[in-house]
Amino acid sequence: MLILISKRLGLMALTMVVVSMLVFLLLEVNIQGVATKVLGPYSTLDQREIWLKANGYFDPLYQRYVRWLGHFAVGDLGQSVRFKAPVAAILGPRLRNTAILGLGVFVVLIPVSLTLGILAGMREGSKLDRVISVSSIITTSVPEFASSVFLAAIFVFGLHWLPGTSTMTEGFTLRELILPILVLVLYDFGYVARMTRASMAEVMTTHYVRTAVLKGLPYRQVILKHALRNALIAPFTVIMLQVSWLLSGVIVVESFFAYRGFGALLLEASLNQDIFVIEACAMTAVFVAVSTQTLADIGYTYLNPRIRFR
Amino acid sequence: MNAGARTMPLPFDESAPVLEIKDLNVSYSTRAGEIPAVIDFSLTVQKGESVGLVGESGCGKSTVALAIMQHMGRNGAIKSGSIRFKGVELTKLRQEELRQLRGSKISMIYQEPFAALNPSLTLGRQLMEVPIVHEGVGASEARARAIRVLGDVRLPDPERVMAAYPHQISGGQQQRVVIAMALLSNPALLLLDEPTTALDVTVEAGITKLIANISEQYGTSQIYISHNLGLIREVCDRVFVMYSGEVVEEGTIQSLFTRPKHPYTHGLFGCIPLPSADKNAAPLKPIRGQLPLPHERPRGCNFGPRCDFFQAGRCDAADIPMTPITGDGATPDHRARCTRWSEIDFGATDARGHAKDPMAIGDTVLEVQRMRKYYEVMDRSLAAIISGKRVRYIKANESLDFDARRGETVAIVGESGCGKSTFAKVLIGLETATAGEVRHDGQNVAQTPVRGRSSTQISSLQMVFQNPFDTLNPSHSVGAQIARVIKKFGVETSKAKIRERVFALLDTVKLPREFYYRRPRQLSGGQKQRVGIARAFAGNPSMVIADEPVSSLDVSVAAAVTELLTDIQRRHQTTLLFISHDLSVVRYLADRIVVMYLGQIMERGTTQQVFSPPYHPYTEALLSAVPIADPQVVKREIVLEGNLPSVLNPPKGCPFTTRCPRKVGRICDDERPPVQMAAEGHAIACHIPLGVLREVEPVIAVRRTEARLTRPQRG
Amino acid sequence: MAHATTLTMPAPTSEAALARALRSFALLRESWVGMTGAGIILFWVAVALLAHWIAPFGPNATLVPWQKPLAAFAGNSVVPPGRFWLGTDHLGRDILSRIIWGSRTVLTYAPLATLCAYTVGSIMGLAAGYLRGWVDDVLSRIADIILSFPVLVLYVIIIATFGASPLNIIFAITFASGPGIMRIVRGLTLDLRSREYVAAAETRGDSPWRIMLVEILPNARGPVIVDACLRLGYVTITIGVLGFLGLGLPPPNPDWGGMINEARSMALAFPHMTLFPCIAISSLILGFNLLADGLREISLRD
Repeated sequence: MLILISKRLGLMALTMVVVSMLVFLLLEVNIQGVATKVLGPYSTLDQREIWLKANGYFDPLYQRYVRWLGHFAVGDLGQSVRFKAPVAAILGPRLRNTAILGLGVFVVLIPVSLTLGILAGMREGSKLDRVISVSSIITTSVPEFASSVFLAAIFVFGLHWLPGTSTMTEGFTLRELILPILVLVLYDFGYVARMTRASMAEVMTTHYVRTAVLKGLPYRQVILKHALRNALIAPFTVIMLQVSWLLSGVIVVESFFAYRGFGALLLEASLNQDIFVIEACAMTAVFVAVSTQTLADIGYTYLNPRIRFR
Repeated sequence: MNAGARTMPLPFDESAPVLEIKDLNVSYSTRAGEIPAVIDFSLTVQKGESVGLVGESGCGKSTVALAIMQHMGRNGAIKSGSIRFKGVELTKLRQEELRQLRGSKISMIYQEPFAALNPSLTLGRQLMEVPIVHEGVGASEARARAIRVLGDVRLPDPERVMAAYPHQISGGQQQRVVIAMALLSNPALLLLDEPTTALDVTVEAGITKLIANISEQYGTSQIYISHNLGLIREVCDRVFVMYSGEVVEEGTIQSLFTRPKHPYTHGLFGCIPLPSADKNAAPLKPIRGQLPLPHERPRGCNFGPRCDFFQAGRCDAADIPMTPITGDGATPDHRARCTRWSEIDFGATDARGHAKDPMAIGDTVLEVQRMRKYYEVMDRSLAAIISGKRVRYIKANESLDFDARRGETVAIVGESGCGKSTFAKVLIGLETATAGEVRHDGQNVAQTPVRGRSSTQISSLQMVFQNPFDTLNPSHSVGAQIARVIKKFGVETSKAKIRERVFALLDTVKLPREFYYRRPRQLSGGQKQRVGIARAFAGNPSMVIADEPVSSLDVSVAAAVTELLTDIQRRHQTTLLFISHDLSVVRYLADRIVVMYLGQIMERGTTQQVFSPPYHPYTEALLSAVPIADPQVVKREIVLEGNLPSVLNPPKGCPFTTRCPRKVGRICDDERPPVQMAAEGHAIACHIPLGVLREVEPVIAVRRTEARLTRPQRG
Repeated sequence: MAHATTLTMPAPTSEAALARALRSFALLRESWVGMTGAGIILFWVAVALLAHWIAPFGPNATLVPWQKPLAAFAGNSVVPPGRFWLGTDHLGRDILSRIIWGSRTVLTYAPLATLCAYTVGSIMGLAAGYLRGWVDDVLSRIADIILSFPVLVLYVIIIATFGASPLNIIFAITFASGPGIMRIVRGLTLDLRSREYVAAAETRGDSPWRIMLVEILPNARGPVIVDACLRLGYVTITIGVLGFLGLGLPPPNPDWGGMINEARSMALAFPHMTLFPCIAISSLILGFNLLADGLREISLRD
């Protein structure tokens, strides 16, 4: 088990390195482009040359890469062109805000989707199952930007119950988080519920569940002790991977509701060609994604006795 | 579920038969309408009795078991009839009452033991659940009971098994655990649905013996469901034969097996290769025709269209009831569903097919010398990294030596893990040998993979595969797949000629020509296997390897396919390398036999030599493990104890040493056994001197000169 | 001579592939979910094809400052009178017409991008699953690395770097979806390669690519078709989201996502400008998802 964990961590480190190379090649290879983005489109060639020289951009590529990577490791993420502040100082609070939003999403998402998925899977083909399945499909068909529009139309313009933006200008209020959380949960619960349903339905048709029934065990014990134990392994992995999905989803939601989170930062930076912020955001996003994937992998191995006890 | 409600204890009548089924009708509702699966089924089981239910796939035997447990799934329903357990009508019970019965009074065991166990719970927990739920005992009492029962089913080291997960023990051990789980609450009735089908033959023998003893030990009645008449004979007192949803004959083992009266039962016996059978002297006689589709059963007798004694007007007039058989030594409860049973004289007609001339054997076409195939395995455990030995070897084939001649049938026999499939792969080029020579038609192909072989080499060596459902590509038509082979090997080039040839092949394998256009999913298992044979012979190969070609088929279908294979072989003078674990088929088919165990050859020789003493101890055990359906045949019982050694860590000496009942001593563990020649071409790899081995009693002996009632002898 | 009785199924002479395809469409009738989905998709396809004839105005014709839904316009010297069934946007363009024309954009690029992604992903998946060895290792590593990016983050970075153009968008989608498809096809290939008919093909010396394309790929079509439908839905979402974020096709292309983005700031006062494009895109995605679910239901029943 220990060997597995260290192997996975090693793999994670390797992935991060390769990704960093990709990001670096993508964004920093064209040094004229970098200079233009930093100094603005109206800068002259001479100004750019001076800046490039001062920042070591005429060094060989691999040297620049190693230096760049080193900066990242230490936490020096450069200076944001747009905000005129160190990137690290901007990134931190934004990440925290997105984390809060994410926490809210998961607190609602996990119980709802698991329960619905299990109920649907237990009674496969029944009316409840059809209702849950079809509503899952419908909600996953409405992209986040569309559901933001719909929900805003209902709750903000129609009923005037909730505020339309979540800028948190008066400090942190739960009320402003409701719509963003609702949009994200609405879109994603369908997917997780359907994965859970598929896993549960499959387990219910296995021979060991049949054995449990034919052994005369009470139905509740069959479900709780025999079926769920195996059925929840796959959804666990799926849920862990939703963190990565969340990082994508917040880009739309935060931008729509003006919530000062990580996603909004990335979007703004991209639209404004704020290069160092883009790099920092990319690396952070990949780091979070790869970490959760690794955790999911390790968790899956732990939960599955066939792999855990060879 | 109202778990708290106290239900009244059920009014059992201890004097009534343990199980009494009367006129049971079970149907499944499908898209095509309602399909009857079990028709007018009646059966009685007394206390301590062991009843067998035998039939081929689709006859409804498993449905009967599930109907008894009242667990037929969403689509199945009991249309009419009664099932009484100790006087209590099961069809009228509520769910909660049924739940109390299941697992405590009536238990069920079925095919794949690993699938029946929850992979995420320890075996101990799964075992202890039964008495805790049904009798309300505490955990320590439940644990003690579980360990006791594990001992009863002859599992070594019960404590370790209690703490283990299902995947950590072997298949045979898993089935023993499942049996233990079923016996924990001392059920009155045990249902066993093909419990040994997924297991190796020698393991199966052990489990079968265990099951046969259960009735005595526990006083449990049993219903044993199988397609294998031999197993039924070893386990049961009475037997019911089912065909297409109905019972067609019932009686005691002695009466029914000696003198079967229904043409289907008689036909079934004719499909089984018996120990003294020989493919030339007494070929198998397959039952012609096909099982009727469930929604198209014929009027009157279901077996009518396939029966040699069918009489129009009599056999298809109305439903036929069960009539008792009298005279001829039959016991009182021997009954058959046939109107003509008293008129039919099976002896007069050819019960076995026409005798044939033996085939001429030619020169050597295959020579295998010291062939070795090792698979490399990267060992990722901590110990390996530390010790530096990262690469381990699975010794799939170790020093194989034998040959085959033109027109001969050589059988390679062994259980799973013996390396026979690996050998086939090396021969055909899907793998390359690690060392040694394999000469086919003079050329050494041991190290040549398929891609490196010439077209003539490839076309002269083809294969028939095991699983009929996988052997054809579902996306292409039957004709296209055969035509592909013809085209690839350049047998014919013009489209018209290729088509002609495909038609000719379809004729040879006795399939209608219009199957050319059909998709595989429209064919039955036996038909698909015939296409597989046609495909293998399409390129006029000089040698064909058949890897367990009939293991997945029903008895009567297997007989037909086996006969077909021998016919074609005879016609084309092809050498046939027949791989199997089934010694009865091998005895019937093969000219020479090679017995393998854990990658090494234990014995080889002609069929006659291998089946009579001197035996290698493994051959002896293998012979003893084969279930035989003939009541006149007496078999010595040898049950192997001990475990199959791990493939990564085979014993230094003889591979059979961990289980050998005739183990001599330390020499068996340490030294490779020498190859002793008992006769010309008969080799045995054993430390025991030949003189001792020759003294051994034959495993199989036939009590009377005519083993079965109807056997036309030649000459 | 006839030993085996024939099964009582209709035995036609050679079946054309077209006849078989038509029969599988008829199978769709068994699932109302799939039928509904197919219906929605066909509706939009018809709208896209008939845009010339059914759209009241051109896609970019600016008319009057803005109109509420169902307003009528008296007409002027340049533009004939007409009705604005869904109102106009902030530049005076008829929303109904823009939606109709916008369907063309979506229904051109989404299938195109999906097709590209599928071609690349399938070849990679087949090769990785069948050839194994170093090919599998390398391809899987590459896939893992690309897949470790949260999807939208990847799109944002690529488009932000290379600029938004139709070609770039197709490339970005292929790049981001390819690995996912590769994984699926690889999984299917791994399962199918152990079938005996593949071994039979190998034992007669067929070449690896022939085996992959002729023996394995046709048998993977069930799950692949279902996934393709789903993926069409995802790609449609992606195109919409990119438009919404301002990274989509540059104006004045009538891209539904872009329409919503442009009208966002005025959504408070004029909700109709964002609502109708949202309904349009949601319905199309719903169509794909329903069709995929229907197909999956049918393939499971087989």
